[in-house]
Amino acid sequence: MIDVNGLRKSFGYNEVLKGITTTINKGEVIAVIGPSGSGKSTFLRCLNLLETHNAGSIKIEGKEIKQLENHLRKKIGMVFQHFNLFPHLTVLENITFAPQQVLKTSKKDAVKNALDLLKAVGLSDKADAYPSRLSGGQKQRVAIARALAMKPDIMLFDEPTSALDPEMVKEVLQVMKNLVKTGMTMIIVTHEMGFAKEVADRVLFMDDGKLVEDEHPAVFFENPKTERAQAFLEKVL
Amino acid sequence: MNLDFAQLVPSIPYILYGIWVTLQFVAVSLVLGFLWGTVLALFKIGRVTILRWFADAYTSVFRGTPLILQMLIIYYAVPQLTGMDIGAFSAGVLTFALNSAAYISEIIRAGINAVDKGQKEAAVALGVPYRTMMLKIILPQAMKNILPALMNEFITLTKESAIVSVIGALDIMRRAQIVGASNYRFFEPLLLAGLIYYLLVMLLTMAGRVMERRLAKSD
Ligand SMILES: Nc1ncnc2c1ncn2[C@@H]1O[C@H](COP(=O)(O)OP(=O)(O)OP(=O)(O)O)[C@@H](O)[C@H]1O
Ligand SMILES: [Mg+2]
Repeated sequence: MIDVNGLRKSFGYNEVLKGITTTINKGEVIAVIGPSGSGKSTFLRCLNLLETHNAGSIKIEGKEIKQLENHLRKKIGMVFQHFNLFPHLTVLENITFAPQQVLKTSKKDAVKNALDLLKAVGLSDKADAYPSRLSGGQKQRVAIARALAMKPDIMLFDEPTSALDPEMVKEVLQVMKNLVKTGMTMIIVTHEMGFAKEVADRVLFMDDGKLVEDEHPAVFFENPKTERAQAFLEKVL
Repeated sequence: MNLDFAQLVPSIPYILYGIWVTLQFVAVSLVLGFLWGTVLALFKIGRVTILRWFADAYTSVFRGTPLILQMLIIYYAVPQLTGMDIGAFSAGVLTFALNSAAYISEIIRAGINAVDKGQKEAAVALGVPYRTMMLKIILPQAMKNILPALMNEFITLTKESAIVSVIGALDIMRRAQIVGASNYRFFEPLLLAGLIYYLLVMLLTMAGRVMERRLAKSD
């Protein structure tokens, strides 16, 4: 579904991605892990063109993404560490905004779909609340619903639980687990090793802008091949 | 010291009418300045280099030269060039609109830049087109930063507007001078004019505070 080949990205003279090559298949759940500054976020952001890469290629269903721009963005949902909900819109408006503006869905259909999604993330009672009234965990669940409202084929998550108090991490991970069950293709940058182990089909371990390991989680967490992965796991587990 | 306000009394309504002229002048200038300033701000944050360059140069020139000079050029020099006679009021409005647009464009640019970068990213990631994103996501949030600063601009304009008296527009200031000249007593009418300006500014300041409190509450 996604073919990444020799992907390179620099900010000025700082090369952040130094040639990433991997293939992500439909329905796969990928956990991306690695030390801070290793380029995980940049990798994810390149996938939906929030950053434009300098070399290499990213193809989605065979088409180079630079040519797809908006069409492609509609197909890729993204969930951010800091939620980025629209503070001047209610929860419901947050979710219906893009379907109405971008997909030209009728208001009625958009609202109906939004209410279904809110139910799925357990926030039916918050439809008319403003984001400032929600807890971090609730905000992130709304953000997931907002991304899903565009009916994406792929969902990207950039540390979706890192900004949350510990007691709220679980509710967000539960929503993500439910999403896994629907067969959604997901790429998740995370520091939640237990979660990665449980739901991921593959773990991509990044270090210093390179893809160092690409393994099944059972293999990666029990027998990391590289020293760098071993050192990293020792620190975080 | 002998102040004689009795002599001023018959002229008070004449001077007070200047409030209307001044407010009209400031309001029209501000609205035009806001529209033009918005366009300039969009140039500044946009991707078109030449427009960005133009807006920056424009701002630099209008902020870097005296307002009264700009006004005299528009009032005296433009008719000389074009042969078109432009009234004092219109020349004043035009000057103040062009000038405040430079300041307002900075206010708007700063207000937009102060909106969390994540808002733009979220909109872009949802496939929202640039225009829609600006109009429905970024600007409504930027307004919170922009409105209080705009109120300050309103206050500044109200005070600065007194210089249109120089080209003869019949604002508060000009009327005070006329009354002074006809009575051969300047102190009293100028004092009254000062009081009027001060009260106007206080009123606007208070309105600004109320607005800020409202905006803060809507968070
Ligand atoms: N917009 C940018 N401009 C300049 N440098 C950047 C930019 N974004 C990221 N970088 C740099 O790129 C490198 C990788 O950043 P990135 O955010 O991808 O790392 P990360 O693996 O996501 O780290 P973390 O776990 O801390 O989120 C860092 O050195 C960072 O300073
Ligand atoms: Mg990151």
